[in-house]
Amino acid sequence: MGEVIWLTVKLAGVTTILLLILATPLAWWLARSQAWWKEIIGAVVALPIVLPPTVLGFYLLLALGPDSPLMAPFQAIGIRTLAFTFEGLVIGSIIYSLPFAVQPIRNAFQAIGERPFEVAATLRASPMDAFFSVALPLARPGFLVAAILTFAHTIGEFGVVLMIGGGIPGETEVLSIEIYQLVEALEWNKAHQLAALLLVFAFAVMLSLLLIERRTGRLRP
Amino acid sequence: MTARRALLGGLITGLALLAAPGCAPAAGTRIAVAANFTEPAQEIAARFEAATGHRAVLSFGASGQFFAQIANGAPFDVFLSADAERPIRAETAGLSVPGTRFTYATGRLALWSRTPGLVDARGAVLAQGGFDKLAIADPKTAPYGLAAVETLRRLGLFERLSPRFVTGASITQAYQFTDTGAAELGFVALSQVVRHDRGSRWIVPASHHSPIAQQAVLLKSGAGNPAARAFVAFLKGPEAKAIIRRYGYEAP
Repeated sequence: MGEVIWLTVKLAGVTTILLLILATPLAWWLARSQAWWKEIIGAVVALPIVLPPTVLGFYLLLALGPDSPLMAPFQAIGIRTLAFTFEGLVIGSIIYSLPFAVQPIRNAFQAIGERPFEVAATLRASPMDAFFSVALPLARPGFLVAAILTFAHTIGEFGVVLMIGGGIPGETEVLSIEIYQLVEALEWNKAHQLAALLLVFAFAVMLSLLLIERRTGRLRP
Repeated sequence: MTARRALLGGLITGLALLAAPGCAPAAGTRIAVAANFTEPAQEIAARFEAATGHRAVLSFGASGQFFAQIANGAPFDVFLSADAERPIRAETAGLSVPGTRFTYATGRLALWSRTPGLVDARGAVLAQGGFDKLAIADPKTAPYGLAAVETLRRLGLFERLSPRFVTGASITQAYQFTDTGAAELGFVALSQVVRHDRGSRWIVPASHHSPIAQQAVLLKSGAGNPAARAFVAFLKGPEAKAIIRRYGYEAP
């Protein structure tokens, strides 16, 4: 049981870190760009909210499989498929949780408004400088919310992992899969224990999100 | 969304509510069917309706989930499981009408690859190697998975090949893993590959594993329903058996 929990936390942790790095420039662009087609990108980013995870998982199984053009560069170095690997799960989780990271960060960037950047410009700050010393600190609550949501969403991920995981212990067998298997195997007692753990975790996440929201609400002028 | 997935109990209750009384047609019967038996069940139900005038409303899903739903009051009249264990459990738990449990189909296991020529007629590829991943259904929950493990043990290959397993939650998923090529080889149900001749296959001799008996029971809620009893009788009849055999199962 310890192995399963550790693997789940590791998957959620790695996904959260990589996704924050990926989502930040994307959210920045979505918040600041004037391009007419930016909402098309915004809609694509939001797709995983709507698509059933098993559908997403099935496409990922095809995309990470041996027939996929995306896999051609990997096959050159001897990797036939990324399905059934931890790396494959990380890729799946990043796509699956993308909107949960991008949206809060984008909102936080938009809430800053034009004024602080105009002030930074008059103080001769370069755009890069303004981004790191003005935008990032002001958007901190957004990053916190994004990190918590991504982490929690990945912990609770089921359909995608079910489709591309293959249930390999220590590699792809995560908590939600374990619970599903226990229910299927009629071992309801063990399933109850793990589900209770997940329930407590989910409650803690929701509570902390609400507390963050209240605090940042109070801090705002 | 996390909470939604975690609350399996809620899902089960929700499904039970969806199937609640009120949406059933008159003189009809509700049948819970193991997903692997979907196609033959649809054909049998069509014949049944034509022959008897009763309506059969089929629900498809995983046997374990159906069992959990039935134990929590889901109003199914007949339960066609993918195994024998869950009908036996239903019987001991008093959910079914005593003496109504029977084997309606016996599954056959096949080793399949979508690559032509990879699997030889005797399954020697298992010992020779030349593949990276072998897909099986979860042996803890799926009878086909258990049969695959028994076959490998009998061949003396289990220890050698178990690191190459990728486990599908059901036999459907084991087939998907193999059909997409993500796993080169897979132990699948003969019924999944009997309708086409793609790839290469070895039909595992029935003597290599304990029988994959798919059993059915008449549930308590179907005890007083003539349509439910008629469906059970029809399922045991020659017309249903011919359909079952055509889909790659043995019919007792």
